[in-house]
Amino acid sequence: MSENTVPELGLQLESVSIVLGTRTLVSLTANVQSGEVLSVMGPSGSGKSTLLAFIGGFLDPHFSASGSVFIRGQNVTNLDASARHAGILFQDPLLFPHMSVGGNLMFAIPSSVKDKTARIAKAKAALEEMELGGCFDHDPARLSGGQKARVALARTLLSEPHALLLDEPFSRLDAALRSQMRELIFTRAKTLRLPVVLVTHDPEDAAAAGGQIIQIG
Amino acid sequence: MIVPRPKEPIFYAALAAPYLIITLVSVPVLSGLLGTLLPALGYLPALGGNHFSLSAFTQLFAEPGITRSMLLSLWIGLAATIISTLSSAAILGAGFGTRSWAILTRFLSPILSIPHAAAAFGLAFIIMPSGFVSRIISPELTGWVNPPDVLIPNDPYALSLIFGLVIKEVPFLLLMLMAAVGQVDAQRSFNMSSALGYGRLAAFSHVLWPQLYRQIRIAVFAVLAFSASVVDVSLILGPTTPPPLSVNLVRWMNDPDLSYRFLASAGAMVQLALVILLFGLWLILERAGGGFRAYVALTGRRYANDSWLIKIIQFKAWLLTALVLSGIALLGLWSVSALWQFPDALPSGLTLSAWMRAAPSIASPLWATFVLGLLSSALATILCVLCLANIEKNATTYKVMALSLSLPLIVPQTAFLFGLQIAALKSGIGYGYGALILTHLIFVAPYVFLSLSHAWESLDPRYEQMSQALGKSRSRTLLAIRLPLMLRPILTAFAVGFAVSAGLYLPTLLIGAGRLPTITTEAVALASGANRRTIGVYAFLQSIIPFIGFALAFAMPAWLFRNRAAMQAA
Repeated sequence: MSENTVPELGLQLESVSIVLGTRTLVSLTANVQSGEVLSVMGPSGSGKSTLLAFIGGFLDPHFSASGSVFIRGQNVTNLDASARHAGILFQDPLLFPHMSVGGNLMFAIPSSVKDKTARIAKAKAALEEMELGGCFDHDPARLSGGQKARVALARTLLSEPHALLLDEPFSRLDAALRSQMRELIFTRAKTLRLPVVLVTHDPEDAAAAGGQIIQIG
Repeated sequence: MIVPRPKEPIFYAALAAPYLIITLVSVPVLSGLLGTLLPALGYLPALGGNHFSLSAFTQLFAEPGITRSMLLSLWIGLAATIISTLSSAAILGAGFGTRSWAILTRFLSPILSIPHAAAAFGLAFIIMPSGFVSRIISPELTGWVNPPDVLIPNDPYALSLIFGLVIKEVPFLLLMLMAAVGQVDAQRSFNMSSALGYGRLAAFSHVLWPQLYRQIRIAVFAVLAFSASVVDVSLILGPTTPPPLSVNLVRWMNDPDLSYRFLASAGAMVQLALVILLFGLWLILERAGGGFRAYVALTGRRYANDSWLIKIIQFKAWLLTALVLSGIALLGLWSVSALWQFPDALPSGLTLSAWMRAAPSIASPLWATFVLGLLSSALATILCVLCLANIEKNATTYKVMALSLSLPLIVPQTAFLFGLQIAALKSGIGYGYGALILTHLIFVAPYVFLSLSHAWESLDPRYEQMSQALGKSRSRTLLAIRLPLMLRPILTAFAVGFAVSAGLYLPTLLIGAGRLPTITTEAVALASGANRRTIGVYAFLQSIIPFIGFALAFAMPAWLFRNRAAMQAA
């Protein structure tokens, strides 16, 4: 763990171990290549989401953790969450309720894109891609569940992440929508060559992801 | 794992905030206590007290009627707290989860925002011999053509005063209970015992109440300390010969003869001792009450037929609500009434002459009320927001802070304000807006924190995590996500603080040394014998000022987020 670079790009977990009190919740080493999916499966309370919180940089201080996380070759273990470039999607879309749909997307675009019209154009293009053209000024609360999920995906991708963390993002969707979203997310991740860590308790999710599967808990 | 602290200025401010709150609240309270204790023991060089002695206490106990004053304070504190606690428990137990309760809770915040003095005046206008009740039933039922000669509200047993305290403390305890209900798995434990065949009230008192009481205990002690040492409500509703101890104390403290300060300080220490005695008594009552409840629980009696009692309690809850609100309405009516003779139920006509007469002298206290209220609650709100935004919540710091914030609520005001006033007098820093704003902050901060912390902790943490995952710094996340989502609770907390500040009597009177009168100090000063129209003007104004804050806290987010369905009030 003294090394700050590893040969592979993608996302690596090196001897990651998360402990709550005296109980070890997670203990694993894994290598997720760009465009690949690692599915972490386990029952609720097994520490799946805790693992994602650790990778993303918001582990609750009640837990203690050791090991390292590498994203695109950089050791991000001690970086603030905002500097990790780890995009995350939760069970809920969590669109910011005080912003418009467009506002949510613009918020995610990195500040390196300075020109305002360029930012708007980028956000609108992302909406078009999700077949939500014309929703730019809408109130996120008025969208359907499937539309919200797609806006959430577009928002995360617009932030130009180097890795994608999925915290059971399909569990609140109905069956038809679920397979649609799975396909959408995994295709995008592959196209963008993002390493993906998916935690789920649904074997179908893991099967659809098509990568390595790790069972914990 | 240690995530290094981000180097963002706002988070250094957040790190400092709890310590600032601790300092700004506990230092004045503790040093004020010391500053009262020393003169009580004869030591106050500025006034010629150079050696310690107990002569101030000897003098105190030689005062005529002092024993009765002390007993009155104990009686008022104990009676008001027992009645308020049992009433709020009964009202919650009878109402919890019903439609009537849901409607009732909407009145809680407005009633709570009415200053004690205004509610007391309103009550006085209802129950006095020439008051509204007496007018309605006279002369038809009573035959009275002149108001009867009965000593109400200033009855010698302080029943009116206790009543006046109860109407304000019940909504306070209910609001605390409502926050506590959210913390325990209320509905399910309740359903569980109902399924075992227990009546609603029995289920409530056996299962929910013990859990809830633990959480509101500090508030009950605050009610105890407040009721035993209250000054403004006593001046309006309390007995006069002799008055409760606190009223005597303030009279001595404001005596032009400065040597009375020794007597006042000794009395304030006795007041503190009385409150500590009451706390001891309350601990015994808690045990006895808890033991009795546990004994009844063991008998397994279901008390299933309690619907009659529930109806009575619900009626009582609505009666209390109606009483406070109609009292305020009555103040407003008196302020615009022309001739209104006894026993006419309504005035002969309406006129603005009382308002016109009062207008020139209202401007300056009104200005002072707003300056003090806005600045002290803005300061308190900013400090509390920073404190809650602190990412590394240190458990010890937070315990010390919670303790500091409870100090001004459980230490009787006289016991530390006297010392503070003497310090202000001696150092010459006092009597200005600065000293008064800091004094108001002592009382405003606990309520602002109480009001804000619950909402702050209940926001889904994933919103902020999402923002950070999108690459936004912590300060950007605070400003762009957290604060807008918290706008309504922040404004509500601000309004709570403003209401507390606007209603403060004793701190404003003592630390302002009468030179910065507010609407509240002016209104209370009218208690002894001013005409009802003038009282109506001041007390009505006093009760609507805090309301402006709440109206803004409601309207502003509603307008700002008018196109955001999820941001509307639930």
